[in-house]
Amino acid sequence: MARYSPLHSRTGPLCRGSRWEEWSGFLAAIMYELDHVHEYHAVRNGCGLFDVSPLLKYDIRGRDALALVDRVIVRDATKCQIGQVLYSTWCDDDGMVIDDGTIFRLGEGHFRMTATVPILGWLEDAGTGLEAQVSDVSEEIAAVAIQGPTSRDLLQRLTNADLLDLGFFRHTTTEVSGASALISRTGYTGDLGFEVFVDPDDVVHLWDSIMELGGDHQLRPAGTMALDLTRLEGGLLLLDADFRSAFQTTFYVQKTSPFELGLEWMVDMDKDFFIGQQALRTEQERGSRWLTVGLELDVVAMQGFYTEWGMPMTLPQSPWADEVPVYADAEQTRHIGRGTSGSWSPVLKKYVVIARLEPDHAILGTEVFIEEMIEAVSYSVPATVVKMPFYDPPRKRARGVVAT
Amino acid sequence: MTNTYDAIVVGGGHNGLTCAAYLARAGRSVLVLEKTHILGGAAVTEEIFPGFKYNVYSYVVSLLRPEVIRELELPRHGLQIHPVDSVWSPTEDGDYLVFPTDPAQERDELKRLSLRDAEMMPRFTDVMYKMAHAVKPILGLVPPDPSRQGWRDIRTARGLGKLFSGLDKQTFSELTKLMTMSVDDFLAEYFETDVIRATVGLSGIIGTMLGVRSPGTAYVLLHHYMGELDGAYTAWGAQKGGTGAVSEAIASAAREHGAEIRVDSPVSQVIVKNGKAVGVATESGEEFYARTVVSGCDPNVTFRKLVDPSELPDEVIASIGNFKFRGSSGKVNLALDRLPTFTAMPDPSLMSGSISISPSVEYIERAYDDAKYGGFSQRPAMEVELPSTVDPTMAPPGKHVLSAFVQYMSYDGSDAVDRDAERRDFGNAVIDALAEFAPDLKDVILHKQVLTPWDMEQKIGLTEGNIFHGELTLDQLFFFRPGIGLADYRTPIRNYYQCGSGTHPGGGVTAGPGRLAAMQILGGSK
Repeated sequence: MARYSPLHSRTGPLCRGSRWEEWSGFLAAIMYELDHVHEYHAVRNGCGLFDVSPLLKYDIRGRDALALVDRVIVRDATKCQIGQVLYSTWCDDDGMVIDDGTIFRLGEGHFRMTATVPILGWLEDAGTGLEAQVSDVSEEIAAVAIQGPTSRDLLQRLTNADLLDLGFFRHTTTEVSGASALISRTGYTGDLGFEVFVDPDDVVHLWDSIMELGGDHQLRPAGTMALDLTRLEGGLLLLDADFRSAFQTTFYVQKTSPFELGLEWMVDMDKDFFIGQQALRTEQERGSRWLTVGLELDVVAMQGFYTEWGMPMTLPQSPWADEVPVYADAEQTRHIGRGTSGSWSPVLKKYVVIARLEPDHAILGTEVFIEEMIEAVSYSVPATVVKMPFYDPPRKRARGVVAT
Repeated sequence: MTNTYDAIVVGGGHNGLTCAAYLARAGRSVLVLEKTHILGGAAVTEEIFPGFKYNVYSYVVSLLRPEVIRELELPRHGLQIHPVDSVWSPTEDGDYLVFPTDPAQERDELKRLSLRDAEMMPRFTDVMYKMAHAVKPILGLVPPDPSRQGWRDIRTARGLGKLFSGLDKQTFSELTKLMTMSVDDFLAEYFETDVIRATVGLSGIIGTMLGVRSPGTAYVLLHHYMGELDGAYTAWGAQKGGTGAVSEAIASAAREHGAEIRVDSPVSQVIVKNGKAVGVATESGEEFYARTVVSGCDPNVTFRKLVDPSELPDEVIASIGNFKFRGSSGKVNLALDRLPTFTAMPDPSLMSGSISISPSVEYIERAYDDAKYGGFSQRPAMEVELPSTVDPTMAPPGKHVLSAFVQYMSYDGSDAVDRDAERRDFGNAVIDALAEFAPDLKDVILHKQVLTPWDMEQKIGLTEGNIFHGELTLDQLFFFRPGIGLADYRTPIRNYYQCGSGTHPGGGVTAGPGRLAAMQILGGSK
């Protein structure tokens, strides 16, 4: 039986359709209204308020805290300043991705990692011989994410910290509506946004304070479906959609490396050691099996297939997560990879898909064909390899105010 | 600076801009000349009162053609539409009707009023959907000329025949009814609840000086069902930053393709030499020359004002003279200190949808009666939106803008009318009618803007203030728009084209006429 988040007294009554899903053992609202559309548009036009308390959180403290973090993540942790946040993946010995998440540097010898796949034991094992203590603080810290163009204006009314000065992937410890809190300029929507971490005893008051000002800033509570659609537009990968955890899959073909996920930019092969580095070196020599890219589908061609049935085209209004075959040719003779998640993007007015393709085809501008089933008949919809993120507004990372 | 272009577009409304964008995209040098200080024509958003942005005229987007969005890459140029998908309508006895976002919830809401109607609604929607799907391809066609037998006319006519022969019996019969009946008679075949008929029926008379009981109004209903957003039919939406931002996005696309766009440049006439348009003269005395001149203005301006009538056959002058404009609606825009309270509204989130002041069929018909012989409805029917409830760029935090599209307000061009008094009385009638359902409205108004059809004619050149460049009745659509033999975007004057809402597929922010006109111009010069 899934448990209630510390915000359930608030989110429960708001969730009008009782649409919940499980997230790390807790109930998370898929959508509060009967449709996710308004929640999605709130994130892109006003702001959305998400309960992200179920995130797993690990504190790493001690003289060798930095050394431990640097051992486990693929990025160079030594470059992480106090007050900075890193997005990174971590891998198993085979260089296969276990999970991705954010790493906060809270002090000289104090880090915090957020995750979806439990790794307490793994972190402890990785710290063998190091002077670093790992603790699971998941349930000691509750969190909300407030995401969208008006998020800063709203949150600023509840804190004295200068949010205009808080850079992208930076955090600050401050008070928010009277309670001590950690605010980070992070999120999972590809938009301007913040995450606020507080004691679970304070989180209901925090939620209420934000909701009370919400009317002035076009805020709506938003669920995981709006989150999924915004993260897709933002080109952010989703566990169990675009990749599976090396800890939760058995076979090599189901696992992926950071290179294969298109995250080469974060892998620091020059540092002395990190878990999986040796295997990734071998991959670099031999070449990767796939590369992760964006696809943009040709909806005019797709409409043509529907017209054969005398029907208007049906576009996915909410994101799908699946394994959809991708081919090099319309005749479907040369299989080259899979689409892993996709949706019609309301803000881009395009049908976008995240796909994992053989490297020869994962080249910008290449035309590929993705399967679309219409009335149980398989069609090949032409698609073009495009760069991700699909949607990347300047306000996301800009310091100061950017016209929205 | 050059004064010679491949094409000159007269009027920077959304269709003129669309036409210019397509022509520029095809490599033509294009100049757009707009008379006012702002682009968009009737699709403009202005900060009339500091901090508050009004959708001065047009207030929702639905019919904007998906191919235009795609081909001009409008999202990259700022197009961003969020849905306005619920409709709430109060009744005079303190009850209300809601068409909510979700079909399951819709059944519950309608059951409250009539179990029979709740069951009927999905069937009605299905019939309308089928008809819209059948008729929709027509929106993307250059109309054939039934009085001519050119190869293209015959081919198009044959395509149309195929389209209709593919319809099942019920759809065909409903379509015939739709083309002939009054919107209320048509709806009465489906629904017994008065407020449902009134609220659905209101869309049949928008922009038309006819009542819900006037024959021929049912078709306009279908026109509204052809709206499309993200592949979903009948979805209405509001552009971020206001309707004007749609025009801005199209203008940005046009500029990117190299079009030159000038505001504050009223054109006084199209220069015609030997039956051929060769350029335009502006009111400031400048002259510009081009191989092609396109008018985005309405048919009256295009045929009877911009060119010397002697350049055109008498029957064209007469036919355009008979084209019905008859502006029927006014617009009231309000800046609000806070949200008003609609007494009967069960959930404040309905304020982000459309609020329809259509309490009963009789209410709307009486509103028509009031204005039938001139003047305005004492208790008008309205479509009200509060875009600031979802769009933070429309008003300061906590404040709001309200847009009321008001039917009926008749056009009177006579010099004897005291315009200030007319605006004052009309504005008061609108606010009084709204205040019947939101008693605190008057306490929260910071500023108001009142526009009559006459104002619309004066400010943006809409003849008799008709928002659609001519009524959308069956006798003025497709190959009748704006007249037999004039529906292919050409005119009897060589190299002089039309691209406004007075051509097929008609009014609303569709960009359809602008695109089809450009196709015709580009195809014609091959």
